[in-house]
Amino acid sequence: MLTKRIIPCLDIKDGRTVKGINFVNLRDAGDPVELATQYAKENADELVFLDISATEQKRKTLAELVLRVAEAIDIPFTVGGGISSINDVAVLLRNGADKISINSAAVKRPDLINELAENFGSQCVVVAIDAKQIDGSWKVHLVGGKVSTDIDLFDWANEVEERGAGEILFTSMDHDGTKEGFANEALAKLSTQCNIPIIASGGAGEINHFTDVFTKGKADAALAASVFHFGQISVPDLKQKLKKQQIAVRI
Amino acid sequence: MKVAIIDYGAGNIQSLQFALQRLDVKTVLTNNKDVLNSAEKVIFPGVGEASSAMRKLRTAGLDTFIPSLSQPVLGICLGMQLMCNETSEGETKGLGIFDCNVSKFTTQVKVPQMGWNNIFNLKGKLFDGISENEYMYLVHSYYAPVTKDTIACTNYGEDYCTAMQKENFYGVQFHPEKSSKTGSRLLQNFLSL
Repeated sequence: MLTKRIIPCLDIKDGRTVKGINFVNLRDAGDPVELATQYAKENADELVFLDISATEQKRKTLAELVLRVAEAIDIPFTVGGGISSINDVAVLLRNGADKISINSAAVKRPDLINELAENFGSQCVVVAIDAKQIDGSWKVHLVGGKVSTDIDLFDWANEVEERGAGEILFTSMDHDGTKEGFANEALAKLSTQCNIPIIASGGAGEINHFTDVFTKGKADAALAASVFHFGQISVPDLKQKLKKQQIAVRI
Repeated sequence: MKVAIIDYGAGNIQSLQFALQRLDVKTVLTNNKDVLNSAEKVIFPGVGEASSAMRKLRTAGLDTFIPSLSQPVLGICLGMQLMCNETSEGETKGLGIFDCNVSKFTTQVKVPQMGWNNIFNLKGKLFDGISENEYMYLVHSYYAPVTKDTIACTNYGEDYCTAMQKENFYGVQFHPEKSSKTGSRLLQNFLSL
């Protein structure tokens, strides 16, 4: 049976992990490679690296980091953050990334999704969507959530699937950082209307939130950052508890 | 040991090279027939779309050459699918090593299948030391049916073939290079054939 995936997300700036990371047994918690290796050992199913650097020079640093990560770990990983061209993607995939995620660039120029799917295959194209509720309807936001649009979340999800996205990473900005659970209602709607996998992001605070996101939210995968980095939830413990609740996970 | 990876410009092989490097095996990436012929093991990777991958194989003259190889050959993912008679992806004729046809998952399941799934009904040396129902990482929209050549199955909507073998030819739908310790063991087993 296809299992539900647990995906720690690492924010990267200038080739280093940002946000405080409180991980025992790490010599250098700022080293993404060491942290990634640790998560792979703990049976994380995938990793996401989100680059928050901006300049050209720092992009090169990211490409080098991807190569070092690919050399070190034997589970799949996705790289996102500021990707806007076929060339950006070619470099990252060549260096060993399994998937790339695009966000604002896809909204600004939706044809990018088609171009990436045609050139590299849908399987490596993740479209990340940040959204929040405005007057009761979910609206897509850009630039890390700073810029609002009139685009409806569910319309956009349908469009990205039609254009060839292989997966959707949906972050609810209403839930992100709250640690009060995922946006299960919106997630269930997305997961039912789309025929591609949905990764849930935003709101993880305790183990029950993961149970809920897989049952009520019908998500295919759940992504979280700080609960893992600060050791509030360990991946092995989380998976054991999910298994006890009859949720298919890889132990 | 000399291990050759067939180079036909299809997909990302960096992870595969790193996985073999972790097993202390040096690989050569090549489309040179003499080099491929003299390798002890040959790996036929593939990520991407079937018809364009087949075109690249034909252009390099590899479509008739690969079935003539006599050492152990391992097709991975699209590589495995192209070793079959044909695939409905782009109505593509394959290498015809395995007598079966590849078709798309039905809409009762999400497509692509993406993630970790069990392998079962394991047969042969490729699975030495690997238990029934261990997990492998899969990313694919098309699948091969269970046939007499099947040496491992997976269930996604229905049981299908995730590994096949005929004489010296092996094919796996999953990505051993991305499947943690189990995948690494399978690659080690292939190298030990």
